[in-house]
Amino acid sequence: MTTTARPAVSSSAAAQPELPGLRHRPLTPARVVLQVFLIGVALSWLFPLLWALFNSLRDYAYTSTHGYASFGGFTLKNYAEAWQRGNFTHTFLNSVYITVPAVLLTLFLASCMAFVLARFSFRLNLSLLGLFVAANLLPPQALLIPVYRAFRAVPVPEWVSDSGTLLNSYLGLVLINTAFQVGFCTFVLSNYMKTLPPELYESAQVDGASVLRQFWQLTLPLCRPALAALATLEVTWIYNEFFWATVLLQSGEKFPVTSSLNNLKGQFFVDYNLLSAGSMLVALPPIIVFFVLQRQFVSGLTLGATKG
Amino acid sequence: MTLTGPKPAARVKRTAEGRPAVPHRRLRRMSAADRVVVTLMVVVPTLFVLLLVVLPALVSVLLSFTRWEGIGGLDTIQWIGLTNYKNIFTIYPPFYPALQHNLIWLVFLFLGPTLLGIVLAVLLDKEVRGSRFYQTALYLPVVLSLALTGFIWQLMYSRDQGLINAVTGWQIDWYGDPRYNLWAVLVATGWQHTGYIMLLYLAGLKSVDPALREAAAVDGASEVSTFFRVILPVMRPINLVVLVVTVINSLRAFDLVWVVNKGRNGLEIIAALVTQNVIGEASRIGFGSALATIMLLISSVFVVIYLNATMREPK
Repeated sequence: MTTTARPAVSSSAAAQPELPGLRHRPLTPARVVLQVFLIGVALSWLFPLLWALFNSLRDYAYTSTHGYASFGGFTLKNYAEAWQRGNFTHTFLNSVYITVPAVLLTLFLASCMAFVLARFSFRLNLSLLGLFVAANLLPPQALLIPVYRAFRAVPVPEWVSDSGTLLNSYLGLVLINTAFQVGFCTFVLSNYMKTLPPELYESAQVDGASVLRQFWQLTLPLCRPALAALATLEVTWIYNEFFWATVLLQSGEKFPVTSSLNNLKGQFFVDYNLLSAGSMLVALPPIIVFFVLQRQFVSGLTLGATKG
Repeated sequence: MTLTGPKPAARVKRTAEGRPAVPHRRLRRMSAADRVVVTLMVVVPTLFVLLLVVLPALVSVLLSFTRWEGIGGLDTIQWIGLTNYKNIFTIYPPFYPALQHNLIWLVFLFLGPTLLGIVLAVLLDKEVRGSRFYQTALYLPVVLSLALTGFIWQLMYSRDQGLINAVTGWQIDWYGDPRYNLWAVLVATGWQHTGYIMLLYLAGLKSVDPALREAAAVDGASEVSTFFRVILPVMRPINLVVLVVTVINSLRAFDLVWVVNKGRNGLEIIAALVTQNVIGEASRIGFGSALATIMLLISSVFVVIYLNATMREPK
């Protein structure tokens, strides 16, 4: 793919090999309409977030006298107050304890499963993929009772969780998140792996590489773009997961950021500036993850076209 | 699972001979160590799914035929046949509104945000100046939780302090008034859904072999017919993902509604009804499970449609 990339790629284009004649287009009326439409959509999509950011930076006394559709009264103290009242140090750490292991475990298990499904033909191949996809589609609320009861009944050692059972433990939440996400990741990864050229494996087999080595040194590196995209999605999804954390971690002590939001509602709802600051704090980690991985994302996604 | 059968070698060989068309996917030359590795790679993820998703789903179905307060042991469970279902369909007022709201949710997501996301992806896939900025703007809401989305839109929707009423001078309680709150919540959901679909579709479009487009251009095909005749068929896997994601999102609609008012007063949806019956003041586990089973049945319709489409894919 690199050999086809043209040397003079414009800065806005993301390393995408371009078609001749598509660059340096004249500014036709159609293109003006397109740009106006896209700017309109982009700005209206950003607006609710910018509005929250704007108000998070304003003093409550100022906005309550001048109304929210005003300008002025800027301050940073909402953030300090929201951080302290929301106990964010604690809840952010809880989110890390749940999200990081769950994402790693999900991607690892999904890669294993997808590798076998994409690479080999055996009789239950299709049925297993079907099972995974189907499981991923089930609404979590429909499984609430049995999962809750089972978690309450399964004992875990003290060093794993002070609650003594899977209920009210980080481990339990990691397991249920993994089980729910592995289907989607397997589906995406196996689709991706099926696009890899079979000749790769043929030569590896001639060289006598074991299945494990083929998986680890051949398939996984080639799947890096898909894994990066999935990692971004899964980090945001699991960090944002609300339902299971709310019902399976009943003590507020272990609540991740997203579930603790609802507890804050009571104290924040009278003060919209504080609410905005709290929202911005909760929004920040996934936004940072997205921006950090975005470059890998874009270059990776274009790499999907490479077929050896 | 043929791998763990009584005579793995013989069975595998037969499979291999039965499918001469796919020589690169044979298990024939596998060593014993390789077979163990492959088996583990399949069995461990499968156990996760079976124990934590499939089994609980089946137990939910069983519990739906019982009456249980959830307090005593398993021996206090009474089998009552179809009574729970009969009650849901006859004397449970929120059920039909909830069904209708879930359906509106799905149709709205399809006709609005999903199509818009696809159109935006197609537009952004061309070389548009500022494409990265547009993509980022659209994707930003996707990285936020639905619970947080509810909070952020509260700043728009609030009757006394919201922006909409401040600008228009109306006195509408957008989240509270049952005439408007479903649509208010749908707009907030759509704000997220559009960017996600755009991202998925754009990723798919970027992975289409540029040679295909070049060939179509050389043959003199217009951009529109290139898209419909060349790009769209190649995008089949992504089209399926988009379909599935839209259905998942509308069936799993829960967080936003729960944060707003726990699914009452115009915001009834099935997921919220299940949860209300289970963790509400009166825990009616059998009744809640019957609602859960109805949810499972509805989703299984989409699962079957979806799996059918996947199975027909040429191997």
